[in-house]
Amino acid sequence: MNNISHRRQTWRKSVNVVMLSLTGLAALLVVIPLLWILGYVIREGLPAINIQFFTELPTPVGVPGGGIVNALVGSLMTVGLGLLIAAPIGILGGIFSAVYPNSPLGLLVRFSTDVISGIPSIVMGIFAYTLIVLPQKHFSAFSGGVVLSFIMLPIIIRTTEEMIRLVPNSLREGSLALGAAEWKTSFSVILPAALNGVITGVMLAIARAAGEAAPMLFTAFGNPFMNADYNQPVATLPHMIFIYAISPYEDWHAKAWATALVLITLVLLLNILARLLVWWRARLLGNLK
Amino acid sequence: MQSSVQLQTLASREVSGLDDKKIKMQAENLSVFYRDYQAISSVDLPVYNQKITAIIGPSGCGKSTLLRALNRMNDLVSGSRAEGNIYLDGQNLYEKNVDVVDVRRRIGMVFQRPNPFPKSIYDNVAYGPRLYGIKRKNDLDEIVEKSLKQSALWGEVKDKLHQSGLSLSGGQQQRLCIARAIAVEPEVILMDEPAAALDPISTLRIEELMHDLVKQYTIIIVTHNMQQAARVSDFTAMMMIDDKRAGRMIEYNETNIIFTRPKDKRTEDYVTGRFG
Repeated sequence: MNNISHRRQTWRKSVNVVMLSLTGLAALLVVIPLLWILGYVIREGLPAINIQFFTELPTPVGVPGGGIVNALVGSLMTVGLGLLIAAPIGILGGIFSAVYPNSPLGLLVRFSTDVISGIPSIVMGIFAYTLIVLPQKHFSAFSGGVVLSFIMLPIIIRTTEEMIRLVPNSLREGSLALGAAEWKTSFSVILPAALNGVITGVMLAIARAAGEAAPMLFTAFGNPFMNADYNQPVATLPHMIFIYAISPYEDWHAKAWATALVLITLVLLLNILARLLVWWRARLLGNLK
Repeated sequence: MQSSVQLQTLASREVSGLDDKKIKMQAENLSVFYRDYQAISSVDLPVYNQKITAIIGPSGCGKSTLLRALNRMNDLVSGSRAEGNIYLDGQNLYEKNVDVVDVRRRIGMVFQRPNPFPKSIYDNVAYGPRLYGIKRKNDLDEIVEKSLKQSALWGEVKDKLHQSGLSLSGGQQQRLCIARAIAVEPEVILMDEPAAALDPISTLRIEELMHDLVKQYTIIIVTHNMQQAARVSDFTAMMMIDDKRAGRMIEYNETNIIFTRPKDKRTEDYVTGRFG
């Protein structure tokens, strides 16, 4: 009797070790390619990066030096405009479908965000092309920003909704029991409680939009010169990577890697900045004390 | 004009304080439905002014539903519907032109689990007054201090008003929620098992607090804890489900009568712990 239970215990323990090793291995398999890509981009991209890379315009093939300042500005313009459109609408929409999940409009919001997030971004680009570029008869940073807002919107709506649903209902009831209206409750109690998650959602959306090349072919179009006019075409970082990478020139390949490194670093910095903001806010509230 | 109205309410409060048997609220033939399911069935409950009324009964007998009908919190549950009347100072709260916001301002609520907002202690208490348009810092400071003193929390938090309400212990959080409720000067306070999630010492403090608060407010408390009902309340309503699983009030009386010589056998079984 005693012997059997001892053997069973040994068996249980060894199964446990095997399963733990398997999950650990799987985790490792996920991390290795990520680190590999990151390391590779750094190795290939770093040599081409210097101050001029951030301050100068691209040079023709064979001319040494040159940079991507036009694409930095263009990406900032398009992603910024996209964020300006998508963040307020997305957060408000997310609050609505979290507060009224079973209303017809709430169901519609959830259904349409699912559909939109399944549409390939290149189709979004064509859509924005027919909607904005064709009537205006020219490519523009504006159309690029609009198409990025389409891409950001479902991400922001869904994360906002999920994060707001995680806020305990007791908080909502506490506010409503004091006589606060539903909107007041959402904005001054629930949204602040869910803010960390909502910010994370916005960051994810920015990261996703900042890396979109395909829809830019039809909208922002690219521009080898400096442009800060929303009515004119602009270069963007992912589109720049595309142009440099498909070229036959060694020199441009190096620039593609360097641009990729800049893009990744920017997204990473943005993420760190957001975490710091959240941390700072929590400290302000005294949660960490 | 406004000050004379205030004087009048003050005067009426003082007079009613002398009158032992003034009815503050009254549920009349009240039934609550969740879609097809009837949660409580024709409840008649008088609530006396500046007294503590306890609602007791086994789990699932509709105590909380009854409580939440009293400040129309059930309106928030989709598919819920109330029949019958609830009067507050003679005014029917379920009439069409009644403003729910006004109802909830006059009837405050404290929940089973402490639910302070993720804001500072100060902002938690000031939340309600701000909703009703009080903006001047001096006024808010005064209300915050007064409410925290009334809820016996001031001494513990006066040096850290700008720390998060979540940094307090469970018992302190519950007293913060009570301070938040009384900051809008309600007339009635509903308490839904306010000590169920607290340790015995914090529970005792909440009960002491109720004794202080009842000098000014009318309190209705739902509790599972019969000793608690016996300790704190002046009147007790006993609820039980009927054969259709709808909650009914089977007995109502002064608390000492309910606990010493109840008329209903089921009440006796329940309060003596023989309930199966």
